Amino acid sequence: MTFQAFRFDPVELPPEAQRLRHEVRDFLDARRDKLEPIRGGRDRTFSREMAERGWIGMTWPKKYGGHERSALERYVLIEEMLAAGAPLGFHYTADRQSGPNILRFGSEAQRERFIPAITRAEISFCIGMSEPGSGSDLAGTRTRAVKVDGGYRVNGSKLWTSNAHQSDWMILFCKMAREGEEVDRHAGATQFLVDLKSPGIEIRPVLNLLGEHHFNEVFLTDLFVPQDCLLGEEGSGWKQVTSELGFERSAPDRFLVLFKLLKEMVRVAGSNPDRATAAAIGRMVAQLATLRRMSLSIAGMLQAGEQPLNEAAVVKDLGTRYEQDLPIVARTLFPAEPDIGAADAYVALLASSIMNAPRLSIQGGTREILRGIIARGLGLR
Amino acid sequence: MAMREETRLLLDSMNRLFEDRSTKDVIDRAERGAFPAELWRAVAETGVPLAVVPEAAGGAGAEWMDVMAALRVAGRHAAPIPLAETMIAAWVAAEAGLEVTEAPMTIAPVRREDRLSVERDGHGWLLSGRATRVPWGAQASRLVLLADGPGGEMVVALDGTNSAEVTAGRNLAGEPRDTLAFNAVPVSAEAVAPTRGGADRAEVYRRGALARAMMMAGAMERALDTALTYVQERQQFGRQISKFQAVQQQMAVLAGQTAAAVAAAEAGAEALSHPDPELRELLIAVAKTRTGDAATLATEIAHQVHGAIGFTQEYSLQLSTRRLWSWRDEFGAEAEWAARIGAIVCARGADALWPTLTAA
Repeated sequence: MTFQAFRFDPVELPPEAQRLRHEVRDFLDARRDKLEPIRGGRDRTFSREMAERGWIGMTWPKKYGGHERSALERYVLIEEMLAAGAPLGFHYTADRQSGPNILRFGSEAQRERFIPAITRAEISFCIGMSEPGSGSDLAGTRTRAVKVDGGYRVNGSKLWTSNAHQSDWMILFCKMAREGEEVDRHAGATQFLVDLKSPGIEIRPVLNLLGEHHFNEVFLTDLFVPQDCLLGEEGSGWKQVTSELGFERSAPDRFLVLFKLLKEMVRVAGSNPDRATAAAIGRMVAQLATLRRMSLSIAGMLQAGEQPLNEAAVVKDLGTRYEQDLPIVARTLFPAEPDIGAADAYVALLASSIMNAPRLSIQGGTREILRGIIARGLGLR
Repeated sequence: MAMREETRLLLDSMNRLFEDRSTKDVIDRAERGAFPAELWRAVAETGVPLAVVPEAAGGAGAEWMDVMAALRVAGRHAAPIPLAETMIAAWVAAEAGLEVTEAPMTIAPVRREDRLSVERDGHGWLLSGRATRVPWGAQASRLVLLADGPGGEMVVALDGTNSAEVTAGRNLAGEPRDTLAFNAVPVSAEAVAPTRGGADRAEVYRRGALARAMMMAGAMERALDTALTYVQERQQFGRQISKFQAVQQQMAVLAGQTAAAVAAAEAGAEALSHPDPELRELLIAVAKTRTGDAATLATEIAHQVHGAIGFTQEYSLQLSTRRLWSWRDEFGAEAEWAARIGAIVCARGADALWPTLTAA
């Protein structure tokens, strides 16, 4: 047989996933005023209501407050929420990656301490990976932890930390070091669970180009992290963060950010568009339908206990390309001067899509990094 | 919905068969006009060409989804035989109660604008009209034609093209695409029957499009394979060109487009059993559109990473890329099928877009 680069096996959704889809739609229907056009916001009440239905930590073990449902059901829940623009911000990071990371690498005590609280939407998490001198190049992390009595002392800073100012905890990626020594590029990577209310933490906003406050710079100055907040083992951080990024990239949120723009394009086109308009919209729908299928295959692989890191990189690369093409196609078909505050839904969405497009192929791994991962999967590196 | 074990075994054996027999030499000779009879016989022996025909009519009663997978293998090996055409022709003829044979068959018309018709002539019929770019039109042993009759669509099964005025033509890959003209040709009553079982012209067009999508997915897999091998062998500036990030990034895009093409084509094949006819059509349209779009990017990159050698007749890359450039336009190009997708989703309206995508 010839070389088969990546596998996207067909997956059939089980009946319980289809039933769940209708439950989720009813839930969203009743909360239409909370849905947002592009980036679902942060709404603790909304997250609590999801928690009450067992929709946070759906696939996690029951003994930690999870619900032991399948990755396919979770896929359906998440895609419905994302397509609708639901405000998942309070719990989504924890649900997508921090929780699975703690379940996989955390101690029994940590699982008991954090996982049930996540599933009840009581605590929220942010991601402490990027730094001023270390974006795509995570190995260049300079934030350092030194072993001290009863725990660790951490110094350094994190950048682009989304929602740090509203979160309770951060999973911090840093390097073990000895007093007075530089960190090693290749060794000592370690993750910690950091309580953001601890002394020694200062959080400063970094406004994005839309003027919104999502990003932060987080300064860690002689931060004390107790021993029981070491996640996994000292020096195992690289393996752990790779796994965490796998969770991050496997989610369907890499091609459903601008879905409402596509929907609005269909509305503006009307029920009987000319052939060229229909074809331009049809091409984008063809891409989205294919991305959904590939993403569902990934959920199937997760369900089977596999770690489809290469496949996830493929879907994210294709997905962000498709999403960045959406405003390009939109303004060709239906030109308008973009205006964020426009009363016309299409004009406003076009404006925010144009402004949000650049981040799509940067967050969660840049296009270049992802293509590097794919090339490695092909055996070229 | 994992592939059944027997299907996987069949595909493995098809793959070996084509590897041995659909060689560059055989393909080159076919392009010069010699029908690869030995290759056809070997393929016919597997039973694949007639697999979808009901057992009572000499087939195996197989699922379309499985035989479509065989077309991906045929596409991968640039097999210069009318396999897709025979499958479709056999299905149409068998559904209509007409005889099928193991000989290579073809189907016409394959283009929307062409029209054939039959009218009564005593006990028999008179066949008229013109079908352009019929795959292997002159070489097929049996022609299965769809013609407008007095009471609706009729199937006409003819042995060979003796009765037709044939103008030979080729696609970019040198595969025969012949024009057949019929000028009140007498046809016996036994060779004509009404279409049945949904095996009509519109469905032939859809299945033809899906067949080409499958074949394109296979051809892209081959182009990716060829490029992967080449970039790891070719040395420039003192190292394998695969070590350059610029090349790696291009290869990643090629692999991504290929994966998307395979996924879209498989989704289209599965859709053949979808209960909702409009969603079925939508998924077939997605398959043809997405594989066609992928083919454009994939062929560009596969050639770019090869440099000049890929542009030669001697090197095998062109066997895949010339087929991709041909197949993406056969049975409707991306623009046509994408317009169909757009028409369906726009008619359903913006609020139905997400429910449509998730129901498909």
